[in-house]
Amino acid sequence: MTIARVDRRSQRSPARSGATGTGHRTSASDLRRRQRRRSRLTALAFIAPLIVYLAAFYLYPLYRNLDLSLRDYTVRSFVQGNAPFSGLDNFRTVLDDPTFGPAMRHTVIFTFASIAFQYAAGLALAVFFNRRFRLAGTLRALFLIPWLLPLIVSASTWSWMFNSESGVINYALHLVGVSPVDWLNSPDWALTSVVIANIWIGIPFNLVILYSGLQNIPAELYEAASLDGAGAWQQFRRITFPLLRPVSAITLLLGLVYTLKVFDLIWIMTKGGPGDASSTLATWSYQLGFGTLLPKFGPGAAVGNILILIALVFGLLYIRVQRRQEA
Amino acid sequence: MRNPRRTLLAAMATAGALTAVAACGGGSDSSASGSGSGKSGGTYNFWDPYPQFDASSAWGKLVGKCGTDAGVKVKRTSMDTTDLGNKALLAAQQGNAPDVMLVDNPVVSTLVEAGILNKTSDLGLDTSSIQKNILGAGVIDNASYGVPIGANTLALYYNKKILTAAHVDPASVKDWASLTAALKKVKSAGKKGITFSAINTEEGSFQFLPWFWGAGGDLTKLNSAKGVAALSLWKQWVDGGYAPKDVLQNTQTTSWQEFATGEYAFSENGTWQLGNADKAGFPYGVISIPGQNGGSAPVPTGGEFVTVPVQKDSSRYDVSKKIVTCLTNSANLLTTDTTLTYVAPTAAVQAQQVAKNPELKPWVGAVAAARGRTSDGLGTKYPTISQPMWTAVQNALSGGKSPQAALDAAQTAAGKG
Repeated sequence: MTIARVDRRSQRSPARSGATGTGHRTSASDLRRRQRRRSRLTALAFIAPLIVYLAAFYLYPLYRNLDLSLRDYTVRSFVQGNAPFSGLDNFRTVLDDPTFGPAMRHTVIFTFASIAFQYAAGLALAVFFNRRFRLAGTLRALFLIPWLLPLIVSASTWSWMFNSESGVINYALHLVGVSPVDWLNSPDWALTSVVIANIWIGIPFNLVILYSGLQNIPAELYEAASLDGAGAWQQFRRITFPLLRPVSAITLLLGLVYTLKVFDLIWIMTKGGPGDASSTLATWSYQLGFGTLLPKFGPGAAVGNILILIALVFGLLYIRVQRRQEA
Repeated sequence: MRNPRRTLLAAMATAGALTAVAACGGGSDSSASGSGSGKSGGTYNFWDPYPQFDASSAWGKLVGKCGTDAGVKVKRTSMDTTDLGNKALLAAQQGNAPDVMLVDNPVVSTLVEAGILNKTSDLGLDTSSIQKNILGAGVIDNASYGVPIGANTLALYYNKKILTAAHVDPASVKDWASLTAALKKVKSAGKKGITFSAINTEEGSFQFLPWFWGAGGDLTKLNSAKGVAALSLWKQWVDGGYAPKDVLQNTQTTSWQEFATGEYAFSENGTWQLGNADKAGFPYGVISIPGQNGGSAPVPTGGEFVTVPVQKDSSRYDVSKKIVTCLTNSANLLTTDTTLTYVAPTAAVQAQQVAKNPELKPWVGAVAAARGRTSDGLGTKYPTISQPMWTAVQNALSGGKSPQAALDAAQTAAGKG
């Protein structure tokens, strides 16, 4: 931002100095150069805190993580800091691990199932609340609750609700005559359970962003459409959905990045269990680095980097799509 | 590229947003909470895993007093036991490990492997009065690296009311068959059988070990017939409805809470629950965990060790030694172990404990028969065995795999290290 504004000013200045007369051309160009240098320095001064911040809190951890994943760390060499460089050995170890396949699969299922349902529910609710009826504001505020609760609270609550002995969900199923399900204790249901909890947590985010997107769609379009005889479904399909596309794209991408790295929810509810039934790349990475008495920092960092790489690919994809839309 | 600068900024922003993930990658420099050994005059840093005790508690006061007696001020930092090991490694890496640190016994071998603990013999600490099997968890290559502050272990608590109603005599529970028969009777009397913790953390392994060792299992051969027998026993209980399915998620605390509802006949739990047992509101008893064919099963030792991490300034060791000696002298051990409901690590103090509280008698016996998880030369191999073992327990009990297949996979994983 700062750079762009400085550029614009220096472009405009020749016209202004031309008007002041030709006699002082040399001193004027001197002055101009000095001014330009000064403004460049000012610009740098403005941007410096940001650069320092980015370097300290983003680049350095990223570099450390990469470094950890490329060295053969044992607890001893971690403390002494003399771990030998081992190239891609950690990545090879991780890829060969029998946990990798399931963890990758669970990550994909967890992410896409969560996002699909969060987006669909968020969109439906956004369209619903856009119809401005009495209590709409209050109800919308209520829907934000999952977002406001600390994750440890919501995750523990879901974990109680899903408890197979005394959970309220099994009790409800019992009331309607369905036999109890071992939500968190069965390899067939554990992943589903954490996905359900994660969808609940993600709906408000989708609702808020899509709702604000809806506000930007001009009401005349709907008026014109209804004059042309378009029904509610046609209005949604031909107006709402296409015009929401840019907002949808950012919602989905952010959702993707958030969901890929979801760790605390799964860790609190199942710790990736039973066995590996609900472990994702994020929980596996933590498990390797901190989950046992003997930390394996190298492979743990390698899994983390794979996760970053996946997210980066989707990030770049998003930038590409956005550029094409603008063009 | 239409607008390289924008692209770069966008890419940086994206990378930035994703870096949060890196936090999961482990090991980056999140510095340990405000502890520095520094040369801050007469202040000595002390870490322990007892966040439940604040400065005004008996333990907090004792730590402070031991510092004052040694002529220094002790700055005590408490954190969760799982945090403590990782924080210690990070602090050692930054060169600011605490002067004295109380750690869970299986962590000692990891810290020794990292080279950050002093031998007790180098410090001149006397460990001769400590029971050998308790000291064992802190012994690596015949050198001991810490002084146990106390020990705890596992046994079976039972609810007298339920057993009476189901016509089960606790004295008849002598081996696995009689225990399972008792559970069956309890179930047919309309109550629940047994709770334990089979969670996928170290706690799960800790709770499984008495059965694994009780069958004669060997940690270096997880998938032997003996190991499979132990896992099959647990699976039989869960499948038969003698134990609830949520043992898979139970920590030892939540498993105790289930027992405290008064619905369960048995609970595999530790010495540290004795205080809560008196508050449970029903009469209870304690028996030792039976071996497969009778007798008491060997149980794992729990409890913490006082250790002295390596410092750049070795002149600090004299004071550290005084603090350790103070914390582990007989009078203080008695107070501390009474507060923690631990069994003392020395015969003399155990005798005093039993004299004061006869209920501790079975526990003293259990501790005498207990084994360190990292003993017998396993050391840092133990963590690489324990993790596949708890995974196998989870896979078998959840029905994902048969006990044999689960333990086969565990043995393969443990073999890789």
